[in-house]
Amino acid sequence: MDRLPQTLLLLTILGYVLGAAASLFCLRAGKAANVLAFGIAALAALNGVVASVAGLLTGAATARCSVQILPALIPYIRFSIRLDALGLFFTLLVSLVGLAIAIYSLGYNRQFLGRKSLGVFGAFFNSLLLAITLVFLADNAFFFLIAWEIMALSAYFLVSFEHEQEESRNAGVLFFVMSHIGTGCLILGFLLLFQASGGYDFNGFHAVGSMMATGPRNAAFILFLAGFGVKAGIIPLHIWLPVAHPAAPSNISALMSGILIKTGIYGIIRVCFDFMGPPPDWWGVTLLAIGTISAVLGVLYALMEHDLKRLLAYHSIENIGIILMGLGAALMFLHTGHPVLASLALVAGLYHTINHAVFKALLFLGAGAVVHATRTRNMEEMGGLVGRMPRTAFCFLIGAVAISALPPLNGFVSEWLTYQSLLQGFGTTQSLIRLIFPLGGAMLALTGALAAACFVKAYGITFLAQPRSEHAACAREAGGPEVAAQILLTAVCVFLGLFPTQFIRLLDPVTSQLAGSALSAQAGLLGGFVLSGATPTGGSVSTLGLSLMAACLLPVPLALWWVFSRKTLVRRGPTWDCGLQGLTPRMEYTATGFSKPIRMIFKALFRPRREVQREYDFSPYFATNLRFESHVEEVFQTRIYRPLNWLIWRVSRRMRALQAGSLQAYLIYIFVTLLLLLMFAL
Amino acid sequence: MNLDLTAIVLQTVLLLALAPLVSGIIRKGKARLQNRRGPPVWQPYLDLRKFFGKDMVISEHASWVFSFAPYVVFISALLAGLLVPMLTVQAPLSMFGGVLALVGLLALGRFFLALGGLDPASTFGGMGSSREMTIAAIAEPALMLAVFTLAIAAGSTDLSRIVAATLGPNWSLLSPMHVLAFAALFVVLLAETGRLPVDNPATHLELTMIHEAMLLEYSGRYLALMEWGASIKQLVLMTLLVNVFFPFGIATSAPAGLAASLLAYGAKLLVLSGAVVIVETTNAKLRLFRVPDLLSAAFVLAGLSLLSTFLFQ
Repeated sequence: MDRLPQTLLLLTILGYVLGAAASLFCLRAGKAANVLAFGIAALAALNGVVASVAGLLTGAATARCSVQILPALIPYIRFSIRLDALGLFFTLLVSLVGLAIAIYSLGYNRQFLGRKSLGVFGAFFNSLLLAITLVFLADNAFFFLIAWEIMALSAYFLVSFEHEQEESRNAGVLFFVMSHIGTGCLILGFLLLFQASGGYDFNGFHAVGSMMATGPRNAAFILFLAGFGVKAGIIPLHIWLPVAHPAAPSNISALMSGILIKTGIYGIIRVCFDFMGPPPDWWGVTLLAIGTISAVLGVLYALMEHDLKRLLAYHSIENIGIILMGLGAALMFLHTGHPVLASLALVAGLYHTINHAVFKALLFLGAGAVVHATRTRNMEEMGGLVGRMPRTAFCFLIGAVAISALPPLNGFVSEWLTYQSLLQGFGTTQSLIRLIFPLGGAMLALTGALAAACFVKAYGITFLAQPRSEHAACAREAGGPEVAAQILLTAVCVFLGLFPTQFIRLLDPVTSQLAGSALSAQAGLLGGFVLSGATPTGGSVSTLGLSLMAACLLPVPLALWWVFSRKTLVRRGPTWDCGLQGLTPRMEYTATGFSKPIRMIFKALFRPRREVQREYDFSPYFATNLRFESHVEEVFQTRIYRPLNWLIWRVSRRMRALQAGSLQAYLIYIFVTLLLLLMFAL
Repeated sequence: MNLDLTAIVLQTVLLLALAPLVSGIIRKGKARLQNRRGPPVWQPYLDLRKFFGKDMVISEHASWVFSFAPYVVFISALLAGLLVPMLTVQAPLSMFGGVLALVGLLALGRFFLALGGLDPASTFGGMGSSREMTIAAIAEPALMLAVFTLAIAAGSTDLSRIVAATLGPNWSLLSPMHVLAFAALFVVLLAETGRLPVDNPATHLELTMIHEAMLLEYSGRYLALMEWGASIKQLVLMTLLVNVFFPFGIATSAPAGLAASLLAYGAKLLVLSGAVVIVETTNAKLRLFRVPDLLSAAFVLAGLSLLSTFLFQ
């Protein structure tokens, strides 16, 4: 029984390998490759869900068993996986979302039939899932880095799958470059840990931070934060994210936004909570501050987007920020010695991690269906889809409510937990630094309200009102597998929203491993019906209770209707048009117009550029022709990356002289370098 | 803890019954201050009765979201009302959620209200939705910070516990923390309920309205639910303000002090309505892009309130 999760996980890993192989085997037969690759991936992922849930529930997770999956031929490298609670929780994430995406791809990928090689797509998809799973399970730094690189490469090939478009190529390259900057930081970080522990096994890294001197320890923290931060998409290392996610095919966007960026979160948790030992106070403060900044700026930039997929990509930055707020608070509580609060904050972060994975994947899958149906990513050319794609529209609405942190869905639960931990954090120290908790909470409130505004815009402009283009007017509902995958994720959203205490039980092994305290005993009241904020008086919430109560209140309006309006008629009529000749789609409110107040209020940040050209005959008020253009460019792009880019170009132009292509010169370089290193070593 | 069914029913009825009255009183008060006679205070009831009896015209562009929104707005406001201590310190549903759930429920109502404004493809509705969501977004941090200050002082987000804490011996009427937090929340109240310096509830001038613009396409019983929901939301926020900051007379145990509690509650509501009336008659509507200044002032007040817990503890 104890070995069951382990066996199942090995089967899952084998399944992904098999899926990739099978898909490559049918390279010429696109249809068969698609069914085989994604069918096998779905089965393997389903198996992974079962395995990780079983592992978390049965306590196999706490056993820390390590399994060698390939023989090691080189010293220091061991290809072994281990089943600890944190890894299993993230495996649950990748399996759950991977399952939905694999099902979705069965239908969605039919658009590439005969146009692109589906065998290659399927193989990279399987290898990406495999690599992500191994990243979460790896027990050795080298193995971890190898999996990390396979992940980056597979993702690169998938992002630039439609490489005939320049946008996809550029996005792929940007992702590749940023990803490797991150990997560089990680390698340096692991080398620092190696210095202290003398090995590369994760077991040896446990709490190794307490043996390190302050300098290297802080350096390692910063290196890991930067390295994993690139992948997670924290501001200001996020620039690849809003470029790469939209350019990829939508199922890959969902996988990247739902899971791939979570590998960064996994890494940060692994390093900060497992490897580094008791943290100094500024680590938590840093994480909390970075989280707050990412959350607020992410959602503000999301509001400015009218490209549906870019908008969702910016929301990923926002949600990563919210997750980091929870993690930062947890680190601060570990520093001050409050294990229960630390596990509360950690649960808040982890809960938001799975929530974001689920609803963001759901939203990207919905967006994929919409983009496929309307053949544009521009929201201004959509509209009226709620009647034409009813199921997708319904699922997207659930996702939108969930991501806006509205009760009773899952986004609300995790943000509630985050608020609770921030509130209770105020009492943990006496120093002025505790002001960061309520201020972080206020910024979280701003983020939540702006996210709601953004999703009113996204949903309202995309799905409601009149269609704004020909394509939107003749859009058709997505096929069976696409809808099934969305319904699956919708159901998970509702489950995570209504039954938080039942789910938190799965997190117990994780929090006892990392924060030294299990939460579910404190967090569930009334037999798990009510979720409480870990202290008996801190406050409680029950999304299930509220929903049931709402159902009990529903008779009130219905009774009113029965008593007073039984005899009234309902008639369809035109929308009030101020006496014009009827409304046209061009008179509707646009996404750009919707976000204009926000753009004006935060114009110090956005620095919007607008150009208006009017042609008129006699008075500027009666223009015959009008051209309006409005741009918002990211301040990081213009202030940091563009100058940096320019600098790198300049330096590399100088460096060209060194690299002239002469072999002798290269040999001299190597020789001189060796000589210098030897001198340095002696 | 058991759910007290009578308390739930009683508070639901009270919310439903009192909400239009408060709107009527404010309207009457404003009329008197402007030397008009004004409609009777029970006019909102008559309006609701009339709306319910009218046929509905639904826009041909509208979808099910349009018809779903009034129910969400109405029920979420009602549900939020059940989280607030009204006549007794123990709110009927305080187990199911505290002040965070309250803010969340109001946001849920607003979300669907704004979608309902966008759905009929009318430009006014879109404009109203856009402005409503913008103002809510700037009001939210001030609201949350003020709420946080209270929750920190009481050690809980549970509204019943917050009220109990203000009732306790350590409370003083003019403590800077309370005064500043009250001021911040009062500004938020004006913004959230569409009151004058932010929005004009009496206007139907297309370019200035916010809340009314979203309701423009609603008619018949949907309009009734929307209007009623809005007035319940207003009552909930006002109850929050009077009972959290001035919990005099609130019954600590039911049903002994209920009558006295009802009287005290009515008196407090009247005073707060008076304050709203005075603010509304003495202020002109702000330009939309001046509203952030007002709300950031509220945020600063809430921040000062938080700081004062440091200075005067």
